[in-house]
Amino acid sequence: MSDDSQQLAQQVRDAFEKKTPLSIQGTQSRSFLRYSEHGNKLSTLEHSGIVAYEPTELVITVRAGTSIASVQDTLAEHKQSLAFDPPRFAQSGTIGGTVASGLSGPSRPWMGAVRDHVLGTRIINGKGDIMSFGGQVMKNVAGYDVSRLMCGAFGTLGVILDVSFKVLPIPESSSTLVFEYDAQNAIDHVNEWSAQTVPLNGACWSAGKLYIRLSGTDAGVKTAINTIGGDVYTDNDLLWDELRDQKNSFFNNAGYWRLSLPPATPVLSIEGEWLLDWGGAQRWLKSSEHPDKIRQMTVERGGHAEHWHGKDKNLLRMPLDSIVHRYHKNLKDAFDPAHILNNHALYSDL
Amino acid sequence: MPISQSSQLYKQLVQQLPAERLLVSSESLAPYECDGLSAYRQLPLMVVLPVDIEEVQYILKVCFSLDVPVVARGAGTSLSGGALPVETGVVLSLAKFNEILSIDGHNRTARVQPGVRNLAISEAAKPYGLYYAPDPSSQIACSIGGNVAENAGGVHCLKYGLTVHNILELKLLTIEGDLLTIGSQALDSPGYDLLALMTGSEGMLGIITEITVKLLPIPDTARVLLAAFDDIEKAGNAVANIIAAGIIPAGLEMMDNPSICAAEDFIHAGYPTDATAILLCELDGTESDVSSQLITVKQVLEHNGATEIRIAEDEAQRLIFWAGRKSAFPAVGRLAPDYYCMDGTIPRKHLGTVLKRINELSLEHGLKVANVFHAGDGNLHPLILYDANNPGELENAEHFGGKILEHCVEVGGSITGEHGVGVEKIDQMCVQFQTQELEQFHAIKHAFDPAGLLNPGKAVPELHRCAELGAMHVHHGQLPHPELERF
Repeated sequence: MSDDSQQLAQQVRDAFEKKTPLSIQGTQSRSFLRYSEHGNKLSTLEHSGIVAYEPTELVITVRAGTSIASVQDTLAEHKQSLAFDPPRFAQSGTIGGTVASGLSGPSRPWMGAVRDHVLGTRIINGKGDIMSFGGQVMKNVAGYDVSRLMCGAFGTLGVILDVSFKVLPIPESSSTLVFEYDAQNAIDHVNEWSAQTVPLNGACWSAGKLYIRLSGTDAGVKTAINTIGGDVYTDNDLLWDELRDQKNSFFNNAGYWRLSLPPATPVLSIEGEWLLDWGGAQRWLKSSEHPDKIRQMTVERGGHAEHWHGKDKNLLRMPLDSIVHRYHKNLKDAFDPAHILNNHALYSDL
Repeated sequence: MPISQSSQLYKQLVQQLPAERLLVSSESLAPYECDGLSAYRQLPLMVVLPVDIEEVQYILKVCFSLDVPVVARGAGTSLSGGALPVETGVVLSLAKFNEILSIDGHNRTARVQPGVRNLAISEAAKPYGLYYAPDPSSQIACSIGGNVAENAGGVHCLKYGLTVHNILELKLLTIEGDLLTIGSQALDSPGYDLLALMTGSEGMLGIITEITVKLLPIPDTARVLLAAFDDIEKAGNAVANIIAAGIIPAGLEMMDNPSICAAEDFIHAGYPTDATAILLCELDGTESDVSSQLITVKQVLEHNGATEIRIAEDEAQRLIFWAGRKSAFPAVGRLAPDYYCMDGTIPRKHLGTVLKRINELSLEHGLKVANVFHAGDGNLHPLILYDANNPGELENAEHFGGKILEHCVEVGGSITGEHGVGVEKIDQMCVQFQTQELEQFHAIKHAFDPAGLLNPGKAVPELHRCAELGAMHVHHGQLPHPELERF
């Protein structure tokens, strides 16, 4: 529970002068999402603790090394939470990793992603400068939005020190309903409900069953249950936590695809085992089909495909369009001119 | 200084664009000399009105090759001078990019051109039971491209977010004419979050040519409460306690007494003109959600000393309650020949002290001020009343406004919540940010526009400008940007 920012900045400055690459690390619970890992370890774990939390301002500021679990526990004492409900692949997973990887939980389509809840950051750029962007207020359009740019950049643009998040009240009531639907039926129904004022907060389909989570006021959830039908599912929390943390039986370390698609995209004709999350916007697939076919079919539908826990890291992320890639490299140069921060974390050259 | 038709720039542009879409005469340029911040005026070299991406691409390539600055313009409603022309540059109007290209009811998105008006999107989405959530008060007129460039907000931001939370994909041309697709039709895309970087970048990084926005279901119902208070602090506490009760209202607005009186005089909404402050709290969603939250909010308001609470009984009354707030700017505008609208944000807990400071500054400057406040998200709009015909009064108003913004930064807030920096708040950027951060902004700009041709002089100040200002504003003996040379 201490402020380690000056020491971290000094390490970056030293590395900048010597041009020695650094590998920014928390608990490594998301390191499987790096293209590859290079450089001397720069640990953010000592830089931890809650800097400020004001429930009625709906803002919490935390250091990067703080665990997600401890932040959510603190917020829960005031009946609040990080509404994007980030995955905790390990109990010790950190806030820095959450922001750097940009991953969000099952409520994402309705509550927003990590980047939607980030209000401000303090970072160290590749020259060792400590800088603050955004702030602790809900609205702030002064300067470029560097804080959100850090989300999903995997530390390639800066070392995340502190993050201020917008927090939200935990809904008064939450219930899960289950329906016997095939995948197409599930997609159709969820997207129909999403276009109405149904208080959806989760929608996943697996093995012939659609599970939806409704959250809101007691009265609102009860009304929605009466309108929608389905059976009430009692293992509510476990189902969503296991899905969020990839602890249920579908997920294993043998490699699977993550397809990010427009939610109403019809079922894709790819052989394999499917698990649909985010109301169809995030689809998990175990398949022996050729990767090119899987990627191509996803792209044709306006999405992209990632292969998680696979042997071939070139399948992890889809390549960027060559022009977009060039501007990515320009941005990398702008933040990290000596190329010392988490090199190759995103791609072979980024 | 308008351009001559014999110039290299004109000759190259007229090869691909018809002459009637290249405005060069002083009369035809006049409507473009300012935007919503009319205190600043400047005629450009010329105005170009492209109709498709290829034309924009061509214009940018010509300007890039001739080193001519380009200022993008949508509906010209910016309140920060974001679309103010540059004397040596071209104004690139996107007014003819005014088509809604498609609406996807299943995926709840709309693909639109940048010149489409904000409200037109919601109107087109209505048959699908959907709407576009961000609603800046200029939504009848302002264009979606400008909304993206400024990261526009509105009265429903606390619950539904700013523009950055409500768009999925952009097509954008760089100054060199590279066409980039940023974001995607899905909820995320590989690589950096350029969608966030471009949103609110004030036309400094690229020209937006297409936008995919998210659409939300139109709420079944919306109810509004009006509460009167005899003390600003009590009203502020009521806001904090509504949120502490676990409620995120769709809108939560505060007006101070001068604003209440001006609005009442103008629109006759029945506002209590003896109140020190009023709160308007709107709840939306399903009937059952709203009825249950309405009871809670009413209790919170009572506990926090509201002197009067009214609940709009029907839609007509709801609209009347809002009419006063929505007409606050023009209503205040009737009190003086000119008014200057500020846009600071603060942590809400400092509302009392900030308003006190604004009153002190008002006396010091001899200028009246009325305050309207997006209370839910801490966004304060002080309206400074002045008369531009009195010599020095505009400068006095600007100085007053600058002081308010600096105070917002002191209490942990920001110099702009939703209007953007533009030319207006460029000096306050030196107060909000340190040298390293400003250098980082310049490096980002350089990554997309190394020649600095897009909207030059806006949004991010040059470091020497801050150094010169710093010499004038020494705070507690600490020189800002101490490492810079003074001259």
